[in-house]
Amino acid sequence: MKVPELPCRPSRIPCPHDSLLNNKWVNPYADTLKRLRDAFDSGRTRPAEFRLIQLRGLSRFLNENRKLLLDTLAQDLSKPAFEADISEIILCETEIKLALNNLHTWMKDERVEKNLVTQLDSAFIRKEPYGVTLIISPWNYPLNLLLMPLVGAIAAGNCVVLKPSEISKSMEKVIAEVLPQYLDKNCFATVLGGPQEATILLKNRFDYIFFTGSPRVGRIVMSAASKYLTPITLELGGKNPCYVDDNCDPQNVANRVAWFRFFNAGQTCVAPDYILCTRETQEKLLPALQNAVTQFYGKDPQGSPDLGRIISDKHFHRLRGLLGNGRAAIGGQSDEQERYIAPTVLVDVKETDPVMQEEIFGPILPILNVQSIDEAIAFIRKREKPLALYAFSKNSKVVNKVLDQTSSGNFGGNDGFMFMTMTSMPFGGVGHSGMGEYHGKFTFDAFSHRRGCLLRSPYLEMIDKIRYPPYSPGHQRLLVWILEHKLSFPCSIL
Amino acid sequence: MEQLVLRARAAFQTGRSRPLSFRLQQLRALQRMVQECQKEILGALAQDLHKSEFNAFSQEVVSILGELDHVLEKLPEWVAPEPAKKNLLTMMDEAYVHSEPLGVILIIGAWNYPFVLNIQPLIGAIAAGNAVIVKPSELSEKTATLLAKILPQYLDKELYQVINGGVKETTELLKQRFDHILYTGSTGVGKIVMEAAAKHLTPVTLELGGKSPCYIDKDCNLDIACRRVTWGKYMNCGQICIAPDYILCEPSLQSQIVERIKETVREFYGEEIKKSPDYERIINLHHFKRVTSLLEGQKIAFGGETDEATRYIAPTVLTDVNPNSKVMQEEIFGPVLPIVPVKNADEAIQFINQREKPLALYVFSNNNKLIKRMIEETSSGGVTGNDVIMHFTLSSLPFGGVGNSGMGAYHGKHSFDTFSHRRSCLIKKLKMEGANKLRYPPNSQSKVDWASFFLLKRFNKVRIGLFFLAFLGILVAITVKFQYC
Repeated sequence: MKVPELPCRPSRIPCPHDSLLNNKWVNPYADTLKRLRDAFDSGRTRPAEFRLIQLRGLSRFLNENRKLLLDTLAQDLSKPAFEADISEIILCETEIKLALNNLHTWMKDERVEKNLVTQLDSAFIRKEPYGVTLIISPWNYPLNLLLMPLVGAIAAGNCVVLKPSEISKSMEKVIAEVLPQYLDKNCFATVLGGPQEATILLKNRFDYIFFTGSPRVGRIVMSAASKYLTPITLELGGKNPCYVDDNCDPQNVANRVAWFRFFNAGQTCVAPDYILCTRETQEKLLPALQNAVTQFYGKDPQGSPDLGRIISDKHFHRLRGLLGNGRAAIGGQSDEQERYIAPTVLVDVKETDPVMQEEIFGPILPILNVQSIDEAIAFIRKREKPLALYAFSKNSKVVNKVLDQTSSGNFGGNDGFMFMTMTSMPFGGVGHSGMGEYHGKFTFDAFSHRRGCLLRSPYLEMIDKIRYPPYSPGHQRLLVWILEHKLSFPCSIL
Repeated sequence: MEQLVLRARAAFQTGRSRPLSFRLQQLRALQRMVQECQKEILGALAQDLHKSEFNAFSQEVVSILGELDHVLEKLPEWVAPEPAKKNLLTMMDEAYVHSEPLGVILIIGAWNYPFVLNIQPLIGAIAAGNAVIVKPSELSEKTATLLAKILPQYLDKELYQVINGGVKETTELLKQRFDHILYTGSTGVGKIVMEAAAKHLTPVTLELGGKSPCYIDKDCNLDIACRRVTWGKYMNCGQICIAPDYILCEPSLQSQIVERIKETVREFYGEEIKKSPDYERIINLHHFKRVTSLLEGQKIAFGGETDEATRYIAPTVLTDVNPNSKVMQEEIFGPVLPIVPVKNADEAIQFINQREKPLALYVFSNNNKLIKRMIEETSSGGVTGNDVIMHFTLSSLPFGGVGNSGMGAYHGKHSFDTFSHRRSCLIKKLKMEGANKLRYPPNSQSKVDWASFFLLKRFNKVRIGLFFLAFLGILVAITVKFQYC
């Protein structure tokens, strides 16, 4: 049955959309969405004071539940407290603090440059909330990847529906039961469930959708969004290449690559996924990598409190299957009971091996050999644009060459994903690794509609007389004269 | 279709569209094209839309020349990497955002401003270093054919291509993979474009439409307001995405508005409007019939004359229009102006909010507070206060819709940003590994505390300077004290 195009938005006029979504079933989210939409329409979320109160609530949520959150992350991912602190709690605190300190500036109208005809007018960009927004977050950084977009959505004045991942079960519970105590119940709601529930949720109309997850599901989200022309940000993934030049200090490189690869047991969208280097460099890197692993996690990494575990049996088995690719020069052990995979480096890996077909998302680091930097760049360019790209070399020209001749969401030279700690740079993907960007003010911008406003004086009609018909050749001559004398600034028609 | 797109992609992969000098050269070539082929361009527009030379020049060609001037001047600034503020952990590193081309862009233009709506996005796409496929609307046939002829004469033939065709060809084209699609047209087709883009995870900019409301307050200069509304409404025979679609006003104002618009129409187009060279025609029979059918059952205050042979519809005003009638259900896109009476501004705001977010909102009032209130309590793509259309002409304002009226924006630098990927780059040195030891396991609580210090504080020269000064002050105080002891 064709869903009719109705002129109403689901606000004051009750929208028949809900019951018509599917002839037979009833929308379980109708009430929640109506509540949020009514709250948004009432204007509740617009004043800066309201937004600040909600942001302070988020801050208190983190402060008052720090131990609970650390324990929750340990339960879901065996996340070491240090990792949890810096990648989840502290980064979120940074974002909240930034928003609290800058909200008024962010909300201000942006004045813009005017042209000749509009000199006496008021021209500015007004930042407006979209309305009822949806944030779908994944399981690997279940707190950070939910809270960071939420901070921006709140700062921008929206109502938000949160859909945390059902795979990080413990955090899902905390988001459902503890977080709501700190936020306005009419403006924020949490929806729980798996793919089935998410599919039904996505049949509803949202004014913005922020999705973090895989490219496969990203397509589904965008397709669902297209039914309502809902704008979206997709933070997806890919295989992040890591080029290591011959001209480098192997131990420094090994330390950096190992730390970023094995952080969160490799379950990071921006982790270096595989290394490209020459055979000689590989020979130098391997002992350095082993050194790094031993330094970080001891002789028996399974006993180290500083190494995480794989989120689920499904992913554990997936990763264990990859261990057989090539040869494990370092690590290669696994333990099903603990869902433990040892920090592993694979060599003699072929481009066609399964480990090179999908994003690894685990503590496995394949090394592929290339003869030269050009071969490495050609290899990278053949594949989908990744979320992150890394190049290590003492020679800055080499680093810049890789940067210039490739494309990726973000780029790290001589280090891993430290750019994630910077709120002043936008973070986002390109191509299959995503669309849109966020972090810091960019999150506020992502969740805002930038409305161009021109307020003209009702007087001074004389200036505008030239634009009215009837037109004569004189009109055209005058226009051409003005154009030739380049009296126009950022303008189309004068 | 696939071959043509692959050709553009292969040309992009060579990297030749990236250097600034190449982009500037192509834009200058485009500028020459507009100047040298002006007669032909104006001729094509005249044939497609019955547009007079002046109208075609002032509404389409001038816009493009202005945009080209602006982009040629600013592009060197736009392509430069933007340095980013660093934190304590990254203070020794290079951090910047670099705008990069996306790859192959698809621009699908509309028929109402067939030149501007294809070329203005093209300018932005070239400026951002991309390859481009332009698909003009088949409804504005002559302009589409002309573009296919002249573009290859001035621009790189492989990087920038024009593909013509109808629904079938466009559907085929949408199956191919692009790196960004900019579509101008209707809401219905916008959904189809976004759905097709989803298969390839292609970002889109959709410039759609809607019913742009125009509220006329009783406290306003009615003469000027009506003159401006008349100009904006009947321009291009009402076939503008940001035309004031309908008027909202208090019932007592209706007859005054009608009178003034009637007078202004006479002033603009003369007694015999059909004979005015400045008044356009409806694009084709289908739309002529569509717009004419909207007049059924309506109170025609003036106008209403039609002539199917020439697709002429007179400038028309309807009064006491019922919000549920057909003319209030779809974007009119024609020279028919309904007036819907409302009690006051509150009711007007309610009326607007009950409907889909429009591409533009217009408010006429001497009371600035009222204008501000109407802006705050509604949403729309853009706003012009005390005039119509004009926000489109200021390219420092992002031009785009929201909700059903679209997503994304362009014009000026906003086009450059739309067609670029902003890539964040953080480049460290491979030495000073000691500093990194803080982050490596084995971990401890003290490491967390240090991390907290470094991450939560930004690299603030002033603060550090002050701290240093304070430290110096203490040192001096201690030294002096010691000297006296």
